[in-house]
Amino acid sequence: MNAPASVDGGALLKVQELRKYFPVRGGILNRAVGWVQAVDDVDFDVSPGEVLGIVGESGCGKSTTARLLMHLIRADAGQIVFDGEPVRPDDAAALRALRRRMQMVFQDSYSSLNPRLPIEDTIMFGPKVHGVSAAQARERARELFALVGLDPAQFIRRYPHELSGGQRQRVNIARALALEPRLLILDEAVSALDKSVEAQVLNLLLTLRRELGLTYIFISHDLNVVQYMSDRVLVMYLGKVVEIGPTAEIYDYMQHPYTEALLSAMPSMDPDQRTETPPLTGDPPNPIDPPPGCRFHTRCRFAETVCHHAEPRLEPVAGNDAAAAGDHLVACHMRRAGSGHSGAPG
Amino acid sequence: MAAPATGPILRAEDLTVRFTGRDATVNAVNGVSFTLDPGEVLCILGESGSGKSVTLRALMRLLPARRTQLSGRIELSGQDVMAMKHRALADLRGTEVGIIFQEPMVAFDPVYTIGRQISETIVRHEDVSREEARRRAIDLLDRVRIPSPERRLRAYPHELSGGMRQRAMIALALCCNPSLLLADEPTTALDATVQIQILLLLRELQRELGMAVIFVTHDVGVAVEIADRVAVMYSGRFVETGPVREIMRNPRHPYTQGLLSSTVQGSLRGKALEAIPGSPPDMTKLPAGCAFAPRCRFAEPECKMPPPAIALSPHHMVRCIRAA
Ligand SMILES: Nc1ncnc2c1ncn2[C@@H]1O[C@H](COP(=O)(O)OP(=O)(O)OP(=O)(O)O)[C@@H](O)[C@H]1O
Ligand SMILES: Nc1ncnc2c1ncn2[C@@H]1O[C@H](COP(=O)(O)OP(=O)(O)O)[C@@H](O)[C@H]1O
Ligand code: SF4
Ligand code: SF4
Ligand SMILES: [Mg+2]
Ligand SMILES: [Mg+2]
Repeated sequence: MNAPASVDGGALLKVQELRKYFPVRGGILNRAVGWVQAVDDVDFDVSPGEVLGIVGESGCGKSTTARLLMHLIRADAGQIVFDGEPVRPDDAAALRALRRRMQMVFQDSYSSLNPRLPIEDTIMFGPKVHGVSAAQARERARELFALVGLDPAQFIRRYPHELSGGQRQRVNIARALALEPRLLILDEAVSALDKSVEAQVLNLLLTLRRELGLTYIFISHDLNVVQYMSDRVLVMYLGKVVEIGPTAEIYDYMQHPYTEALLSAMPSMDPDQRTETPPLTGDPPNPIDPPPGCRFHTRCRFAETVCHHAEPRLEPVAGNDAAAAGDHLVACHMRRAGSGHSGAPG
Repeated sequence: MAAPATGPILRAEDLTVRFTGRDATVNAVNGVSFTLDPGEVLCILGESGSGKSVTLRALMRLLPARRTQLSGRIELSGQDVMAMKHRALADLRGTEVGIIFQEPMVAFDPVYTIGRQISETIVRHEDVSREEARRRAIDLLDRVRIPSPERRLRAYPHELSGGMRQRAMIALALCCNPSLLLADEPTTALDATVQIQILLLLRELQRELGMAVIFVTHDVGVAVEIADRVAVMYSGRFVETGPVREIMRNPRHPYTQGLLSSTVQGSLRGKALEAIPGSPPDMTKLPAGCAFAPRCRFAEPECKMPPPAIALSPHHMVRCIRAA
């Protein structure tokens, strides 16, 4: 697999204390009556060449994180460092350069394709804006079509509605690759596809990563797909990172009660191992004015007094697996010595 | 109304649905036959556009009359559904047959409270007082694990979260003790953590009430959690049917095999997935023979003829020449 994400240097992307609150408006004056804490003090790194998976229930802030990274929306606080350079959101030229090196593929395969343009023109558009000649851009579009497994002769002049969902998602990947980015953010990019087509696109993504040395942030609600794709996994709950670590650690030695519940909600795929009791009850709580202390305490079966008022920090797991130590972080009082939780290590 | 203990509760024979349009005819369902025993859970498993929802709707003749050609035989507890008058059909749908959809907002009227809609359905179909209907509604909400049911009775559909709405719709579908429940992807839009709760709830209610269920899904994992028997659907046909264990352990149709091997499981990490090449066929231009042939690595000239349904055992059917 990959080199562990080192905290110092080396990271392609460093995200520090990233925050986005959306106002909830109401009343006759349309004043903010509450805040959706969509992303709240999120920290993580992504190493060159790795795949970081992001999981969590709907509304936990996955897409908001992605849009903040792309600077499609403005953060309230925090810092993003790409390739060693802090991104300055006021510098338009720097942002353009950033968007060239960081691209995104969305769940809705129609959303970034112009319905009135043949797909070839959509693919050529980005490079042309960045000063590539039309002839060269056309040449590159053909290469990209072949790369994503679409026969240029057959597809290049088609319009988006003349393609299947899987083919459209391949075009989106080609579009995202047209500017030769280093980092691709895939936000539920395969979620709308049928399984047989999803498998084709996943194979394609892994091949492209190998051949082009790409780095991915892979967002999905499908924990099987995330396990298959990712080197490391980040688990979010109500705008917070609750656990992050190498994929095998997260899936086999998860430390956070929420991670455990999320993973046990995966269907077993074995008729003799059916789930008998639901790992969590109720729906994910409202992210407007989330609970104090540990945000998970309203659904956690280990919650104790300390969890109701003290917010657990994301800290290294004190594991016996030396190799993983320092790489696996968790935010839970039960896992931190001296927290006051009765289950805390002694 | 319980079906007689002997014989199937539902029998469909050569069910065929075509949608006629100005330029093209969609061959949505192409000769589906099956029987369903009382208390049995059948999952129809297939990819988008394969005809699952249309099959389910056809069983209750819930398709737009003007552009639809529906043929075949449907027998429910001995009654000929194709011959029924609309009034009788509507009665059947509220009483003997409960229906739940993927999107609960379709089932509920946004301008009335949940409680009013459930109790009115009860009053419409059964000879009970309003007070009794209200008590039953509270009881039902409690049964589908909606917290503080008396309060929730006064809620409007949009005031409930996705999971709660889905529970309320299950309560609505169950309010007249149906002997058959038709469920179209009722958990697809939900988070896995909520989905598993709803699946367990359905399983429990199904067992308690002894209902037969037809459950439509595109998700193998969901089918495994809930099905007794699975029917794999491809381009409007059941290409393989069998007990869920048999389908998972010994799939015999190349499409079923492909579907299972392209369903990602974490343990496959590091290996390329065995994807099925190509994409599902255009339902307006189906080939005459096996519709899977253009994607099938075993296709031979013979596959240009419609493949026969081959019974591997009394319970395991495969529509592929290789199974012979
Ligand atoms: N009212 C209609 N008029 C014309 N075509 C229709 C109509 N309803 C469905 N179809 C077509 O019939 C075929 C089967 O549709 P159906 O809704 O049963 O698919 P499905 O298996 O339920 O798919 P999904 O998993 O996407 O819900 C599709 O090709 C669809 O486009
Ligand atoms: N533009 C917006 N205005 C207000 N609230 C928003 C906006 N975008 C997202 N949210 C809210 O922020 C939270 C996180 O959303 P999102 O990042 O889309 O979640 P996810 O992608 O994990 O499902 C949700 O509660 C969502 O409703
Ligand atoms: S901090 Fe407390 S409430 Fe939060 S996950 Fe840990 S034990 Fe549960
Ligand atoms: S009938 Fe032929 S084409 Fe169809 S699934 Fe069987 S082998 Fe493949
Ligand atoms: Mg999202
Ligand atoms: Mg459907």
